[in-house]
Amino acid sequence: MGILKTFALGGVHPEENKLSSQAAIEVLPIPKQVVVPLGQNLGAPSKPVVKKGDKVKTGQRIAEAGGFISANIHSPVSGTVLKIDSSIDSTGYKRPCIFISVEGDDWDESIDRTDKIETNILLTPDEIVSRIKSSGIVGLGGATFPTSVKLMPPPGKKAEYLVINGVECEPYLTSDHRIMLEKGREIMVGIQILMKALHVEKAIIGIENNKKDAINHLTELSRSLPGIQVVSLKVQYPQGGEKQLIKAVLNREVPSGKLPIEVGCVVQNVGTAFAVYEAVQKNKPLFERVVTVTGKGVKKPSNFLVRIGTSVQELIEAAGGISETTAKVISGGPMMGKALTSLEAPVVKGTSGILLMDDGESHRKVENPCIRCSKCTYACPMGLEPFLLIKTAKLGNYEMAEKEMIMDCIECGSCQFTCPSGIPLLDYLRLGKIKVGQSIRNRNLKKA
Amino acid sequence: MDNIIIIAVSALGGLGLIAAIILYYIASKFKVFEDPKIDEVAEALPSANCGGCGSPGCRAFAEATVKSAKENKSIEGLNCPVGGNEVMQAVGKILGLEVEAKDPMIAVVRCNGSFAHSPAKVKYEGATSCTFAHALYGGEGGCQFGCLGLADCVASCEFDALHMNPETGLPEVNDKCTACNACVLACPRGIIELRKRCPKDKRIFVSCVNMDKGAPAKKNCEVACIGCSLCVKACAFDAITITSFLAYIDFQKCTLCRKCVEVCPTNAIHEINFKPRKPKVETDASEKSVSLKPAEDKGLSNKMALPELVETKEEIKETKE
Repeated sequence: MGILKTFALGGVHPEENKLSSQAAIEVLPIPKQVVVPLGQNLGAPSKPVVKKGDKVKTGQRIAEAGGFISANIHSPVSGTVLKIDSSIDSTGYKRPCIFISVEGDDWDESIDRTDKIETNILLTPDEIVSRIKSSGIVGLGGATFPTSVKLMPPPGKKAEYLVINGVECEPYLTSDHRIMLEKGREIMVGIQILMKALHVEKAIIGIENNKKDAINHLTELSRSLPGIQVVSLKVQYPQGGEKQLIKAVLNREVPSGKLPIEVGCVVQNVGTAFAVYEAVQKNKPLFERVVTVTGKGVKKPSNFLVRIGTSVQELIEAAGGISETTAKVISGGPMMGKALTSLEAPVVKGTSGILLMDDGESHRKVENPCIRCSKCTYACPMGLEPFLLIKTAKLGNYEMAEKEMIMDCIECGSCQFTCPSGIPLLDYLRLGKIKVGQSIRNRNLKKA
Repeated sequence: MDNIIIIAVSALGGLGLIAAIILYYIASKFKVFEDPKIDEVAEALPSANCGGCGSPGCRAFAEATVKSAKENKSIEGLNCPVGGNEVMQAVGKILGLEVEAKDPMIAVVRCNGSFAHSPAKVKYEGATSCTFAHALYGGEGGCQFGCLGLADCVASCEFDALHMNPETGLPEVNDKCTACNACVLACPRGIIELRKRCPKDKRIFVSCVNMDKGAPAKKNCEVACIGCSLCVKACAFDAITITSFLAYIDFQKCTLCRKCVEVCPTNAIHEINFKPRKPKVETDASEKSVSLKPAEDKGLSNKMALPELVETKEEIKETKE
């Protein structure tokens, strides 16, 4: 094999630790009660359409999109709506949620529950988009951007390539890897559906070289399908970022502040492609997803098929329980994930993994002064200067931060990972982005 | 040799003379008239350039006062909180206007969720910035309204009036506070409020901003306001209102009678600078001449939910006075 493709600028290579890569996806038993948060997607939170005491079936719509960039939510279980009240989410803030007590598992009649793989795509492109929209599908890579919005390019823009993200560059996480291995055929149909919806001829699946079995499996499947190509990529974090992936597979650069459609690309996660297959061919809305439960202290690192709204506690128990050495529980991967403040937090559409970290590895380094080694600049995949940006953020010079393109930061954490002085670079970058974002919004409001 | 010196001196001297004439002409022709009063007012101001008045610096405030005095014959709505009444009287004297005396104010930290009262359930490791931590998570003690203890307010204080107490993990205001409003704006959770400095610096306030129902509030912090409304019943002056399970004491109506402090089951209401319990405390009838309209009371209690509104509400109140 020749030189493997990757993105051009920066990047780091943390220890991979893919402990659960050989664990087949298990179906987690349905819990007694689920808590479904109303704000699961990027954009506006959803509005509930059920009320206390209502009987719901699995797959029935319980909340509708609260705006253009928003998504429907479907009941992950069948039972009775207990209440619509605020509950602690993964951040420790109280957010509105729908509480449902489980009674049996009675699915909505319209859902096809057979295992047969439907390869014939009968719907027209417009019907596909509206089906994806009504099924509440969002980007399952973690950003939870509503998929239907991505499938409707703005007027004048035309997609040329569909890029499928099977990179899974975060250490520890294996949910996408397992989906590719076990649901490869469905993903292929899902990709064809997305291609039809976008009117594109070419699709590229980008997979990192540490998942050789998945690359082989999908290459085998794609052989009979014209237009779909599997590209093996060098292992490099953050290759799973949209812009980095496009650079890696197509050598195209998305301009600052613009979307991938600007260079003729639409990027979708493999998990999303599978969800699209289920929604379009089986009429099954998005109410369950694959979540990796992993960590060095976990007895049985696993991949579970989980109903949305199941508590993190139940997931951890299914993987052998929490060990005494566990000091930190993270929702997502170790690089971009967020530490949980409570194990009662529910699994949402964007939860790709639950990572239990031991005392030794969970702590941050002690912050020391910057030694001007410029490692952060070399690590930044967006070509920014993190040391300068955090200085502007610390000093409150947000005009300069904006001029130095702080809004291009993708918050991948490569700079903080590589900093030998243990400076919390990403924290200050996020602070700067919050402040600059506020001032941009205020400015736009004033203009309007 | 002599010739060269003479030529050089006369050439330079001539150039200098011409330049002087041009400069003199331009200076007199394009002279910008500036009211000499601006200089006088600026002289009288404290020169802290803190921005507490709402103007960008003392000079800008001086310009604003002189302009307002010229156009409206009053400097209502303009106040230098740092200088206080003394400075504002001096400014009034320069401008030949009567300036109404304003109540002195002081910043009050309305959270008592110390390490002991609200024990940490999780541990935060990260940037020492309240704004960032506020965007990231609810708080170590589990209260999503309370103080994060990362000292954004201390960093914003130009007057050395705010310090973190390492034992409680909460900021404390000392006497140097000039009520410049900087900490109020710096706090991402709207915990700090400017309240009236009553005689002898006495203050009564609800030291909590938690808008949860009683049980969850109490679960996270033993000194949280649980919205039981006992204080509302105890208050004879309608000074206390409850919105979203949180009591708020209107300092314009409060007479410092301390009845509410006695009835509060969670000790969420604080009294400061009072003598240790004696039956009656003098009320100052002169201070409570102004009574706000009920509609504005509602607005005041909304304040905690909308930190951005704090400033505007404060302004409205001042103009009403």
